[in-house]
Amino acid sequence: MIEHTPNEERRKTSAALDEARLRQQAIGVRLRQMFDEVVNEPVPDEFLDILRKADKRSSENG
Amino acid sequence: MSEAASKHANRDPADDEAFKRELVKLIPHLRAFARTLAGEPAGADDLAQDAMMKAWDARASFQMGTNMKAWTFMILRNQFYSEKRRSWRQTQLDQEAAERTLVAVDDPEAPVALDELRMSLAMLPAEQREALVLVGAGGFAYEEAAEICNCAVGTVKSRVSRARRALHAILDDGSYERDGGAAGDAMRSILADAERLSSAR
Repeated sequence: MIEHTPNEERRKTSAALDEARLRQQAIGVRLRQMFDEVVNEPVPDEFLDILRKADKRSSENG
Repeated sequence: MSEAASKHANRDPADDEAFKRELVKLIPHLRAFARTLAGEPAGADDLAQDAMMKAWDARASFQMGTNMKAWTFMILRNQFYSEKRRSWRQTQLDQEAAERTLVAVDDPEAPVALDELRMSLAMLPAEQREALVLVGAGGFAYEEAAEICNCAVGTVKSRVSRARRALHAILDDGSYERDGGAAGDAMRSILADAERLSSAR
């Protein structure tokens, strides 16, 4: 930053910081949205089938 | 009797039931994490299934009442990197996965910027991407993310902040673009979000 920063400059700097913060916030919102989109998908039956079979196998062996 | 079965021979069936209930609840989260690591949905689901089975087989070593989500995420991550190490085509696969992701998310209803974020995220180094996803989307504390990634807390913090800066830069100059489309659209869309956020304050 230059010396003898006028108030105007300082104001601009702080506005830029605010904007950067806001952008990061917006990216964060999108990121969670992207992740939650998959979390909210119905789980394919395959997952539960596999787990059920494994559980059955271990209880038969135990 | 298999080795795994003998290890579990003395387990209380009620413990197994409780474990299974918790594990089932975590499947959607495992799928989401796998998707961010593996990129394309089919490969990601294979990875999530493998991790789920690894967790089930290792249930005797899990301390009930501790953070099962972090524990399963750690298993999934280890699984992902051990598979990657085995693959001599690693780099090519990454590239292909990134390209398939573009096709896989080709949903006309999906908000444009979401695809662009996905593409930009895919351009980050894996270690930065996973740190950002765990902390920024998975809801993990830095300490938990550090445990999952098997690194220091400070390392996670710096990866997350580098990832944020890099994402910002990629979205800003539109360098994720391949087809000559208008650069800067993603950032404009993100900015529209920012404006909504600021007016909501």
